[in-house]
Amino acid sequence: MTEVTMTVNGKSVTADVEPDTLLADFIRQNLSLTGTHVGCDTSQCGACCVLVDGDSMKSCTMLAVQADGAEITTIEGLATNGTFHPMQQAFHDNHALQCGFCTPGMLISAIDLATKNPDISESEIRHGLEGNLCRCTGYHNIVKAVKAGADAMRG
Amino acid sequence: MPDTGLDTDLENAEQVVIGNGIGARVRRKEDKRFLTGKGRYADDINRPGQTHAYFVRSQVAHADIKNLDTSAAEKAEGVIAVLTGADVAADELGGLPCGWGIMGKNDVPMHEPPHPILAIGTVRHVGDPIAVVIAETKKQAKAAAQLIDVTLEEKPAVANIRAALADGAPLVHDGAPGNVAFDWEIGDRAAMEEAFANAAHVAEIDIDNNRLIPNAIEPRVAVAEFDTGTGDYTLFVTSQNPHVHRLLIAAFVLHIPEEKFRVVAPDVGGGFGSKIFPYPEESVVTWAAAKLGRPVKWTAERSESFMTDAHGRDHVSHAELALDKDGKFLALKVSTLANLGGYVSAFGGAVPTFLYAPLLAGTYTTPAIYCEVKGVFTHTVPVDAYRGAGRPEATYLLERLVDRAARETGLSQVDIRRKNFIQPDAFPYQTPVASCYDSGDYEATLSSALKKADVDGFEKRKADAALRGKKRGLGFSTYLEACGVAPSAVAGQLGARAGLYESAVVRVHPTGGVTVFTGTHSHGQSHETTFAQLVNDRLGVGLEHIEVVHGDTARIQFGMGTYGSRSLAVGGEALIRAMDKVIEKGKKIAAHLMEASENDIEFEGGSFKVTGTDKETPFGAVAFAAYVPHNYPLETLEPGLEETAFFDPLNFTFPGGCHICEVEVDPATGVTEVVNFTAVDDVGRVINPMIVEGQVHGGVTQGIGQALLEGCVYDDNGQLLTGSYMDYTMPRADNVPSYNVGTELTLCAHNTLGVKGVGEVGAIGSPPAVINAIVDALSDLGVTDVSMPATSQNVWRAIQAAGGAK
Repeated sequence: MTEVTMTVNGKSVTADVEPDTLLADFIRQNLSLTGTHVGCDTSQCGACCVLVDGDSMKSCTMLAVQADGAEITTIEGLATNGTFHPMQQAFHDNHALQCGFCTPGMLISAIDLATKNPDISESEIRHGLEGNLCRCTGYHNIVKAVKAGADAMRG
Repeated sequence: MPDTGLDTDLENAEQVVIGNGIGARVRRKEDKRFLTGKGRYADDINRPGQTHAYFVRSQVAHADIKNLDTSAAEKAEGVIAVLTGADVAADELGGLPCGWGIMGKNDVPMHEPPHPILAIGTVRHVGDPIAVVIAETKKQAKAAAQLIDVTLEEKPAVANIRAALADGAPLVHDGAPGNVAFDWEIGDRAAMEEAFANAAHVAEIDIDNNRLIPNAIEPRVAVAEFDTGTGDYTLFVTSQNPHVHRLLIAAFVLHIPEEKFRVVAPDVGGGFGSKIFPYPEESVVTWAAAKLGRPVKWTAERSESFMTDAHGRDHVSHAELALDKDGKFLALKVSTLANLGGYVSAFGGAVPTFLYAPLLAGTYTTPAIYCEVKGVFTHTVPVDAYRGAGRPEATYLLERLVDRAARETGLSQVDIRRKNFIQPDAFPYQTPVASCYDSGDYEATLSSALKKADVDGFEKRKADAALRGKKRGLGFSTYLEACGVAPSAVAGQLGARAGLYESAVVRVHPTGGVTVFTGTHSHGQSHETTFAQLVNDRLGVGLEHIEVVHGDTARIQFGMGTYGSRSLAVGGEALIRAMDKVIEKGKKIAAHLMEASENDIEFEGGSFKVTGTDKETPFGAVAFAAYVPHNYPLETLEPGLEETAFFDPLNFTFPGGCHICEVEVDPATGVTEVVNFTAVDDVGRVINPMIVEGQVHGGVTQGIGQALLEGCVYDDNGQLLTGSYMDYTMPRADNVPSYNVGTELTLCAHNTLGVKGVGEVGAIGSPPAVINAIVDALSDLGVTDVSMPATSQNVWRAIQAAGGAK
């Protein structure tokens, strides 16, 4: 067992983990934050994305010990005081989710994209989201939502 | 002439309807939990004392199990039990049942081989489960699985239809000579042959409909527990139809009392058909939970999803269309071979027969149609319903053939369709392949799509593309589908072994709020919003006071679940009828409260009113009176306000429409890009345009996926080569364009709402539009056919086969 300490959604957490524990499993099982989903085993679907020190990372492809000392934001940490993050609001307004399973990873990747490229174009959004699979929406409304969310984040 | 009602232009719908009722673009009630990480999916459920299951699966396509030694695994750290086919046999468990029997030519029934939940003696596809290890942790179960010593005597396998039908091919099941499960036909062969004898032109096509892997992003999950005190079983499972799962597992597999078995399908992360059917793992964990007295959890890894979720499509067909000298269709002849996989899945027989051939008239007046279908066993995972299920296969075949007939006769793609459309005044329209269409206006969807797609401007866009070295093409599909499954009596005559009605309970609470219990299941379809809009529209209750409950057999009356775009057309109608019963009872209560005659009470705008007076009692006051019956006609009326309705439709519904795809192909590389996609669909009355658009976007993307990207590949030995997202190409955001969608409206004639269903239209209508567009783009190079998926390699090869880019 190895001790890890990280900040998750603003709270410091410390735990003993097996060295091969994936960050996704640590988040889902040790922290019971089940909003982060696992949809594949080859780092392709992106449902498990979380922000690690501000970057969208596939938490199924990272060991918990690699996140030692990091600042993690999961989907549970996006809203503040019951108010949606602008990207959550944009997803809601634009019907950018259906079954909801890919949504956590999509939101995290969308926030990462919009933070780094505030005036992002449709083409940049589409390329930027190629690491996140959605089987329901056909991406049309997700792309609209990311644009709207980026605009809202820019203020 | 059908009622053409509202012409809902989706993009402008919010200007058409205000409020929260029918036609309003209401944002979804279910969003909040999904957007904040509070959705509750099956893998989020953990039970006290839970153990974990890991399945040992066949790594070869066909073998006899010669030896299975589990002793080392049983002694491994954390292992609680290892179960095999021998235990299944010892406990006399049943196999997975087939939900629909097929009666072939000469009254020969489909061969239905046993499908044990753990292989007994023989494995028939890669992924077939051989044993299950149950341990304290998943890691321990997985590690112990490596200690199981399986000796498989590998045998020759047949991995595709053509190999399975070859002379002397190895048999998948001894009881199915030639690997044919059934040989079925529909239509009047003599009438078809006579029409062909008089044809001025015959167009022919050979079509392979590529095999697809459904790939809901949430893998399948099953968590089972057993209460040793009460004898109650509970199964949390990724299901589109929890009552169907309960019935089939209880009655056919485990032989346990249905009333002691609770099945919960919580939030489910997409289904697309693949979560309809009972699979081995769900029964195994339920059985094991009772055997061990501890909860058992199994979550599929994605590689397991690829090799064990029922696949879709996989047809090989030849079709011929007879035309007269003016281009009118005289007759259609279709011969199809359908891959069933290694076992007959729940609807494996129905999909390539009754959900396929009755659609072969499409939107056209073809007077004589004959179709024969052979269901073929192969050493692959079973094939069953995948979004569209039979209808995309029929549509692809027909719309590709019509496209080819136009090219061969010199008619335009639009003219050949217009010449042959069933006209709006011809409904009800009886086709020669059993379906009887109730309403439609195919010219309306075509002309709307032509305008939306700016087809008039295409030649200029094509010329501009040529300057950039690109070949631009335009492809059409004027499709029709049948959904809203189904009239039970008709389905029963056709071999279905279940009813296909739907149910709803409307529970009005003393404070006036409403809970709807629906037998349908939402796994992305937005029922919590759409059904709430129906309640708001009919009862005047605010959306915030309406709850829609689904997915739990302990809370909900029997229901058949969600597939075949049936939830609104069947389940929504049940809800309407339950609400009408509530209103009828409410009128009696209101009449008593207002001392008026029941006949003088009308219900309008959420209030019971005495006709011709200003007296009224709001819905909430009537609800309160029903539960606090101090002033109430107790001698003639029961207290309470809760009503149930079961609805069994008179017919299927028949959505249709026009999809127009515009592609650009790089002739040097074969790289194909969908640059415009227009879909104008008639899905009947639209309850929420935003949700309808979303269903079309998603369906079209799956259709473009089938046309350009997705293809399941087994090698000749039955090894699955496309077993991960690294090998199976899913549509990603940068593979598809933004879409141009709209609706035209004719009302379904046999439900109150006039709704037809929208879940599958996108996946049904789009693939032929895409491939027809590629053929159009490359027609001047001599290309007449491109197979799906039209990857850059396939397109490049088609160009080379035609003589290369000029």
